[in-house]
Amino acid sequence: MTATTAPPQVPTSRVHARRAGFARDLLTVAGRAVRSIPREPESVIPALIVPLFFFVVNTGSLSDLTNSVEAPGFDYKAFQLPVAIVFAVTGISRASTLVTDIQDGYFDRLTITPVRRPALLLGLMVADFVLVVALTIPVIALGFLVGVRFETGLLGIIVFILLAAAWGLVFTGFPYAIALKTGNPAAVNSSFLLFFPFAFLTTSFVPEPYLSGWLATVADYNPVTYLLAALRSLTMEGWEWQTLGKGLLAVGVVGVVSFTLAMLAFRGRTRSGA
Amino acid sequence: MSDVAVEAQDLRRSFGDNEAVAGVDLAVREGEVYGFLGPNGAGKSTTVRMLCTLLSMTGGRASVAGFDVASQADDVRLRIGVALQDAALDPKQTGRELLRLQARLYGLHRDEVDTRVDELIGMIDIGDALDDRVGTYSGGMKRRLDLAAALVHNPEVLFLDEPTTGLDPVSRNRVWEEVRELNTEHGVTIFLTTQYLEEADALADRVGIIVKGEIAAEGTPAELKRRIGTDVIVVRVDGDVQAADRAVREVEGVSSTDVHDDEITIAVDDGAALVSKVAVALDGDGVAVRDLTLRSPSLDDVFLELTGGRFRADDEPTGEEDAR
Repeated sequence: MTATTAPPQVPTSRVHARRAGFARDLLTVAGRAVRSIPREPESVIPALIVPLFFFVVNTGSLSDLTNSVEAPGFDYKAFQLPVAIVFAVTGISRASTLVTDIQDGYFDRLTITPVRRPALLLGLMVADFVLVVALTIPVIALGFLVGVRFETGLLGIIVFILLAAAWGLVFTGFPYAIALKTGNPAAVNSSFLLFFPFAFLTTSFVPEPYLSGWLATVADYNPVTYLLAALRSLTMEGWEWQTLGKGLLAVGVVGVVSFTLAMLAFRGRTRSGA
Repeated sequence: MSDVAVEAQDLRRSFGDNEAVAGVDLAVREGEVYGFLGPNGAGKSTTVRMLCTLLSMTGGRASVAGFDVASQADDVRLRIGVALQDAALDPKQTGRELLRLQARLYGLHRDEVDTRVDELIGMIDIGDALDDRVGTYSGGMKRRLDLAAALVHNPEVLFLDEPTTGLDPVSRNRVWEEVRELNTEHGVTIFLTTQYLEEADALADRVGIIVKGEIAAEGTPAELKRRIGTDVIVVRVDGDVQAADRAVREVEGVSSTDVHDDEITIAVDDGAALVSKVAVALDGDGVAVRDLTLRSPSLDDVFLELTGGRFRADDEPTGEEDAR
């Protein structure tokens, strides 16, 4: 035997490729995305700090004021909890990871496989949904800590989380559309600007009757107004089916728009390869 | 038809007004190693991206492993392995996770995934690093992992886009050995792009030279070299290279010369007989000869003859990267 390097052994087992099927593709892509979340805590921690910060500041500064004008006993903390949740879940997405994949060429590597195309995007959204649900839990825990109670009980809490997470999910369509259309990290980062009109031109601070002229009009067209109303009904009022329905509808309308944009951008990127 | 692994007819791709690939015809036989040689921006990567279903063509047609690239892309994808330029990997996954993910996307069953990943680990020889994040790997390790990822599903046709660009000589030799073994032991058809003449010469059964989006010459390395003549005499001079060139052209038996900087390349049929005559002619003309060599023609000489320009691996990119 000499000391030369052994030639590489190319393995021989005769496995062969086949289509894995949509569900398995989806799980594979989502699994990778979920694994990557704890590896980039820098993308999650701010998402948690912002809602907690606003919740503490808003309730601290406005509780007494609203208590005196609205009605004695008005629970401003319960009123603010849905706002904190919306802040926590809006704009959370894997879009910047997607842009990195596109730039590194890893997205190409994935699209060369026989994976069902939509699974590449929907898998990321599954991971987003998991993350968003996880983010609602500490926020709700803080709410409980300061005395917020749910009129609708445990089932209400679950509906509350799912509705908020559904909103978080449909909102991801916008950053994904931008990521896929531009492949540009700066453009994706600036997509957080979309958050402001949705999150502030609405009833985030005071109940609807107290909004002034133009803001009241804008809030009427802002889907978040209906989402907040639905979430608040679960904490403060009980099972208000009509309010919940409107909230769900608002989320659905935004979802149709954002997912259409995202899927169009996705097809543009995977079909022409431009 | 069935013995042709990669076929293209008048394949074209434009980016705006720029036609990156301007009518490429290819026929790569099953089991062949085909070297696609050209400088940066010549259209190599664009051609590969079309053949492996990543980029739509704007003209012509192509088939890989017997399936049409445009209309049967899914069938093509099941049968090809691709290692793209610059090792397209995810730095946040570990090597093992990346291979497993790749195997799952190719539909391998759970036990197949384990077996196959274990086999590939033996090949890429990166030891314990396999459970480290890919971001910590060296260039050579990344390239080997990338190659392993391309082989997870035992592809019939393997596309390697500049597999050794940027690698040190040891890593390069390793990749070459792997390519040879894949081809000879496992019968994998290999379509390889490179900007290194040496690489095409060492690995390829046949070579196509692409210049400005078109195939300028094609053949076995030996055939291509034969176009030049049997031997090449290279003279480097100090002083007036044009005067020296005139002196050389007057030597009986010299039919053509190429002048590049201070270098005159003379393609001849019987170099041994002519080299002394060339030396005498130069000396008689008072030319200061710095260097006079007789050698066999290389693909570099072929490239020089085809394009009138010396082949350089470090040519300026021409925007192909930006356009894709």
